[in-house]
Amino acid sequence: MLEQLDVSQLSWARGQFALTAMYHWIFVPLTLGLSFLLAFFETLYVKTGNEQWKRITKFWMTLFGINFAIGVATGIIMEFEFGTNWSNYSWMVGDIFGAPLAAEGIFAFFLETTFFAVMFFGWNRVSKGFHLLSTWLVAIGSNLSALWILVANGWMQHPVGMQFNPDRARFEMESFWQVLLSPVAVSHFVHTTSSAFLLSALFVVTVSCWYLLKGRHVALAKKSLAVAATFGLISSAFVAFTGDESAYTAARVQPMKLAAMEGLWDGEVNADLVAVGIVNPGKKPGDDMDAFQFEIKLPYLLSLLANRELGSFVPGINDLVYGNAEQGIDGAGDRIARGKQAISLLATYKQARDEGDAVTAEAVLQQFNQVRDDIGYGYLSRPEDIVPPVPLVFYSFHVMVALGTLFPLLFGAILFFLYKDNLSQQKWFLRLGVLSVFLGYLASQAGWIVAEVGRQPWAIQGLLPVGVARSNLTTTTVQMTFFMFLIIFTTLLIAEVRIMTRQIQNGPEGE
Amino acid sequence: MGNLDLAQLQQLWWLLVSVVGALFIFLTFVQGGQGLLLTLTRDEDEKTLIINSLGKKWELTFTTLVLFGGAFFAAFPLFYATSFGGAYWVWMLILFTFVLQAVSYEYRRKPSNLLGARVYEYFLFINGTVGILLIGIAVGTFFTGSNFSLNAYNSVTWHNPGRGVEAAFSLFNLSFGLFLVFLARVLGALYLNNNIDYPPLVAKTSAAAFKNLLYALPFLLYVLVRLLFMKGYAVDPQSGTVFLQRGKYLANLLALPVNGLGFLLIGLVLVVLGVALTYFKGSRKGIWPAGLGTVLVVLAVFAIAGYNNTAFYPSRVDLQSSLTLATASSSHYTLTAMSYIALAIPVVLAYVAYVWRLLDARKLGAADLTTGDEKY
Repeated sequence: MLEQLDVSQLSWARGQFALTAMYHWIFVPLTLGLSFLLAFFETLYVKTGNEQWKRITKFWMTLFGINFAIGVATGIIMEFEFGTNWSNYSWMVGDIFGAPLAAEGIFAFFLETTFFAVMFFGWNRVSKGFHLLSTWLVAIGSNLSALWILVANGWMQHPVGMQFNPDRARFEMESFWQVLLSPVAVSHFVHTTSSAFLLSALFVVTVSCWYLLKGRHVALAKKSLAVAATFGLISSAFVAFTGDESAYTAARVQPMKLAAMEGLWDGEVNADLVAVGIVNPGKKPGDDMDAFQFEIKLPYLLSLLANRELGSFVPGINDLVYGNAEQGIDGAGDRIARGKQAISLLATYKQARDEGDAVTAEAVLQQFNQVRDDIGYGYLSRPEDIVPPVPLVFYSFHVMVALGTLFPLLFGAILFFLYKDNLSQQKWFLRLGVLSVFLGYLASQAGWIVAEVGRQPWAIQGLLPVGVARSNLTTTTVQMTFFMFLIIFTTLLIAEVRIMTRQIQNGPEGE
Repeated sequence: MGNLDLAQLQQLWWLLVSVVGALFIFLTFVQGGQGLLLTLTRDEDEKTLIINSLGKKWELTFTTLVLFGGAFFAAFPLFYATSFGGAYWVWMLILFTFVLQAVSYEYRRKPSNLLGARVYEYFLFINGTVGILLIGIAVGTFFTGSNFSLNAYNSVTWHNPGRGVEAAFSLFNLSFGLFLVFLARVLGALYLNNNIDYPPLVAKTSAAAFKNLLYALPFLLYVLVRLLFMKGYAVDPQSGTVFLQRGKYLANLLALPVNGLGFLLIGLVLVVLGVALTYFKGSRKGIWPAGLGTVLVVLAVFAIAGYNNTAFYPSRVDLQSSLTLATASSSHYTLTAMSYIALAIPVVLAYVAYVWRLLDARKLGAADLTTGDEKY
């Protein structure tokens, strides 16, 4: 654990992780979803024998390959950054977090990589059936890799199946199954992957709508749209269902995140849901300022969303910071005091153990065990430190939900116009379709901001603040790598977009 | 597996990490091939054949590197935290070269690729040389040590502003890195020799394997001689105290007659045999003995670095901060759980080998320059 907290270095380290994660998440959703769309297209080809489906498969596969390469490039940084920039985190939770990561490598990455080669190089080298199997295995492998990393992330949101080991000063796994099957991890996985499917469906919608507007490759565009819109519509249902589940679990395990998502400062029975609002940016915990400059509320819905029960109490930011005796909520101040006691007892225990004083060590350990659950709070200075940046979380959540409501309508309308066979005539709608992937990206990135910024200051919810999780680096060092990543990833993104645009302009081979 | 005690699990996981590391070094034939790309080719056709040959395999190497990192994180998290968080710049530079590699195959020949084909070829070259050199330098510190200390909570402090780059100024580490660069080229040349049926390239790859083996030899000899005589970081098994011991790695070689001395000698012979069969006998299968030899040599290197009461990641600044299998590992529960997960490794190896055979049943040749599947 670090003796000094360098706030500037911490901010740059967080900035670097956010930068690399957000870049990575530009490419990953397309990999997760397009891989399944490729499998659908190729299945149709193998089932029908229609060469048009093969051309469609190969066209989208080319775009998939361009995207896949940069997804891999940005992904390797993510894995190693846990060690380079968050080395205390790596040590303190490596016993738990490392296992899903290793499982990801063994179960998922090799499946994805090996059969990716068959998918790309094997059209004339393996049988039709084996090629189709390979395409499906790429899709399964990609999504399996998402499972393991999201299990790890879900564990950070809600740490279960582990125990703090005072001798080694780290958290240790007690149940692999609890980590893997934690409800937070499961809903996190389904929500994230289904949102990725949705985004990749929007990608196909954007390209296909552009073709229809230009009157080019019309048959390819319509066939692709029929499959993608169906996939997108089904995915939207999963996104909505698991989104609701995520909010429900957040109320249980991350109430501060939920309060920030809704801009709820003072807890309420029969809490209203803010549908649209402009938050007061200067609002601080404990002050009398209005939470919103403007808001439209839907009565009682937040209580229903958080607890599935009308008339239930939803704690606000102030309740969690200062406590609410009536509702049995401890304030962060109390937890900070217990946390500081835990840190001090841990030091005493280690000293007694090192000096061979077993009696004192045992006695101190028992005291430590009474307060150890709050050890992470001991590294915070003020109760107000547990509040994440409310405006950012609030707006991100509302943008994500608003767009998430729009997308199923878009997919439904596409299927309707295709059924009526008049999609090409809906010029205004096609223009909206062309824009849709950009809206999808906005929603998708906003979702990650809610998930990650919403749990600040915690690297591991309630146990390990980001300030303790970081590596002992200088600000300058992290600044340098931040800008190196910014330059290299931006350059590669520009190259990727240019190549992709060119390939889309060229259209499928042979047409 | 559930009956293994913690020390046995630590040994087992060091072996598993070693196996992944050894397979990675074998698979650096991709990087070696990239290193040869600019010098070995006479025209665009030859370049295209090499890129397409390596292009079917580069992700396998990449994924093995990622698994290597993941396995270390899971099994020896203190090494992951100490080395990556401490020797920051070395690892960052290695990663940058792999980032450059990952896009280069796909983007090189695509229209509107912003930087031009030549730049992507340089990216591949950088990954194939600088990337491997730095990996060698990083592995060299398993023997020469690094400048860190750990506090009571295992938080790392690095005592050199170079943040790991200073390791490049050790002749041993540098020689180890250069040996790996030339070894990768030997393997790359042998792989291309096996995989491409294009007469001008067959002759050139055969010669390149031989030449690069000659370049590798002085660095190998220096590393071996130093390794036999240098002071090593020994651990007292009772107290866990780390101390310097002259000839420690020679002692380890002798104490591990099979997976130390045996693997090292047999491995080196097999590498030489692979090159000799190719260069003198015109065999096209030299990659297999040389590949197996490489795996054995790396297993031996890891064995003498970590087994026989040795600190595998020593600290030059504070001997007692040095990492050993006992101090750096995950808990008994986690190592056991992961051992069950690792049972899948043979299945993975089996389907990788099956697909390899399937895709390489027909060698790349002149016909593939005009027709064929998705081309890089």
